[in-house]
Amino acid sequence: MTTAPSSTLRPRFVIAGNSSVLWALLVLALVTVGATVLAEAGMISTSFVKTLGKTLCLCLAAIAMDVVWGYCGILSLGHMAFFGIGGYAIGQWLMTARTTDIVTQNLAGQPLPPTPREIEQAVASQIFGVVGADDFPWIWAFSHSLALQLLMVVLVPGVLAGLFGWLAFRSRVTGVYLSILTQGMTLALSLWLFQNDSGLRGNNGLSGLQNIPGLDQWGQDRISLLFLWASAGALGAGYVLFAWLTSGRRGSAIRAIRDDEARLRFLGHGVEGLKLLVFTLTAVVTAIAGALYYPQAGIINPGEVAPLASIYLAVWVAIGGRGRLYGAALGAALVSLLSSWFTGGGAPDIPLGFYTIQWTDWWTVLLGLTFVAVTLWAPKGLGGLFDLVPSRKPRQGDWGPDDGAWRREEGQP
Amino acid sequence: MTALLHVDSISVSFDGFRAINDLSLTVEPTGLRAIIGPNGAGKTTFMDIVTGKTRPDSGRVLWGEKAQDLVGLSESRIARLGLGRKFQRPTVFEAQTVAENLDLALRNPRQPLRVLFARRTADDRARALAIAEEIGLLPHLHRRAGELSHGQKQWLEIGMLLAQDPRLLLVDEPAAGMTVPEREHTTDLLRRAAETRAVVVVEHDMEFVRRLDCRVTVLHEGRVLAEGSLDHVTSNPDVIDVYLGR
Repeated sequence: MTTAPSSTLRPRFVIAGNSSVLWALLVLALVTVGATVLAEAGMISTSFVKTLGKTLCLCLAAIAMDVVWGYCGILSLGHMAFFGIGGYAIGQWLMTARTTDIVTQNLAGQPLPPTPREIEQAVASQIFGVVGADDFPWIWAFSHSLALQLLMVVLVPGVLAGLFGWLAFRSRVTGVYLSILTQGMTLALSLWLFQNDSGLRGNNGLSGLQNIPGLDQWGQDRISLLFLWASAGALGAGYVLFAWLTSGRRGSAIRAIRDDEARLRFLGHGVEGLKLLVFTLTAVVTAIAGALYYPQAGIINPGEVAPLASIYLAVWVAIGGRGRLYGAALGAALVSLLSSWFTGGGAPDIPLGFYTIQWTDWWTVLLGLTFVAVTLWAPKGLGGLFDLVPSRKPRQGDWGPDDGAWRREEGQP
Repeated sequence: MTALLHVDSISVSFDGFRAINDLSLTVEPTGLRAIIGPNGAGKTTFMDIVTGKTRPDSGRVLWGEKAQDLVGLSESRIARLGLGRKFQRPTVFEAQTVAENLDLALRNPRQPLRVLFARRTADDRARALAIAEEIGLLPHLHRRAGELSHGQKQWLEIGMLLAQDPRLLLVDEPAAGMTVPEREHTTDLLRRAAETRAVVVVEHDMEFVRRLDCRVTVLHEGRVLAEGSLDHVTSNPDVIDVYLGR
């Protein structure tokens, strides 16, 4: 009689079960330490350190997107809404605290010390003068407290995603219809934010976020390193979390939702509840990524949660290769860095004689073509390159000898 | 003995077509039962109604000792009550291994949070391995289900049903597309399962039903046409008319 290998269905520690975790953490550590050393030596600029830190945040959003789309099969085209909410939530505290500091300093020279109410009004008119208001809207009620706003970073997207997911999943909206709904969600949020009376400064957005209250003496060079490390820490923790989520029976159930959710239902699993958990958890992680991103970007405005942003997120994951976390992270890093290189004028124009290709205009065309090409000819994306490492060479022939078994062209686990 | 499942005069129409027409049926707690009938007789619709995929326009589906009405419950809820279903086309999770497929089906707490924090216990493993041995897939535990042959996929799906440890197995055309030795193995599996629970096999193929050697219900145009042993129903003139005497 054949016996099963001793490892079959044994619980394994997440790192032992997925070798990509150690590699990812190693690469992440090397990048972070390397960038810190180079920055301290003055060999890379503060703005480049910020670009790196922002890229790590985008990677975190991308692996969350990969879990919800690549593993769970929910093509959410609205996850960047949660990214933006995270940014707005932390931005409210940053702006309030910073403006309060400045106002207090300015009023300090007065013969009569200002009352708290006077300070509050001065701060409010500083912040909301651009939209013609001079009082704090209700939505800023917690903005005086870092702890409460940090809570909002996870609570607001958590509740929004939970509510949205509950409504959508329990009515069994799936596939392209769900994607359209998520686009609608992010579009509605963006349009609401664009209004001046939304209380979040309309199309001005929140700005000056790079100045961290209480760290004035630090200077941007050290603050940029602080955020680089924080972003790297968040990405590392997120990677381990999602590697855990996609391992064992829970991972098996999540992938089963992607492949055949009706079958999973007939096995007695609560598909809707599992989807809701995955959707909400990834939304919260995306929001945390946003809360780390915008202090490095310095500014957030409603354009950041426009539907296009979420589509970009999906494009990064597709190009990187969905269904594997490192693929998504790689796709986000590479495409977003290339994107800022092309659109920032880094790429030289190509004169064709009759026409000059200017990459600032043509980059989106190139990106679109790449997306189409990857979808058609390399569905595994960049991550698929790792399959070329000899020890993990994919199978060449058919997967099974008999009728009903996967043929070679179907065999894509 | 009280009935495990009592289907009480259910009817359902799709766009005016009466797929099930005042159908009543009783299933005992153990033993095999075959449901046969020509195409369009309502066999699959009957299973859809019992498992919660389709809601009947009228009638009740009563389950267990307490005669709980299953109409209106979700598929997963009904599955957790002890109803397992095997589809006509083998539906297993092809990208996952045989072991993972079985593990996913094992009878365990199903609340989403419990699934999220579940650990595979030694007991889970033993149950999965025992089922793998019973269905003859022990040597294939680490192969992806997509690699299996058609017959092996059917067995894996039966194994997943057994792993759920249901009180009633609804099996839709288990022998479709199987070779003769594969059919024999399938018949053995179903007979053994029927020793401790109810197994309802929906079949098209008379030869396979003869091999099962059990009580047969003939469906026609959404209602029961005849019931009894295979010899009894095949000698019924109505049955010969609509089904056998084509």
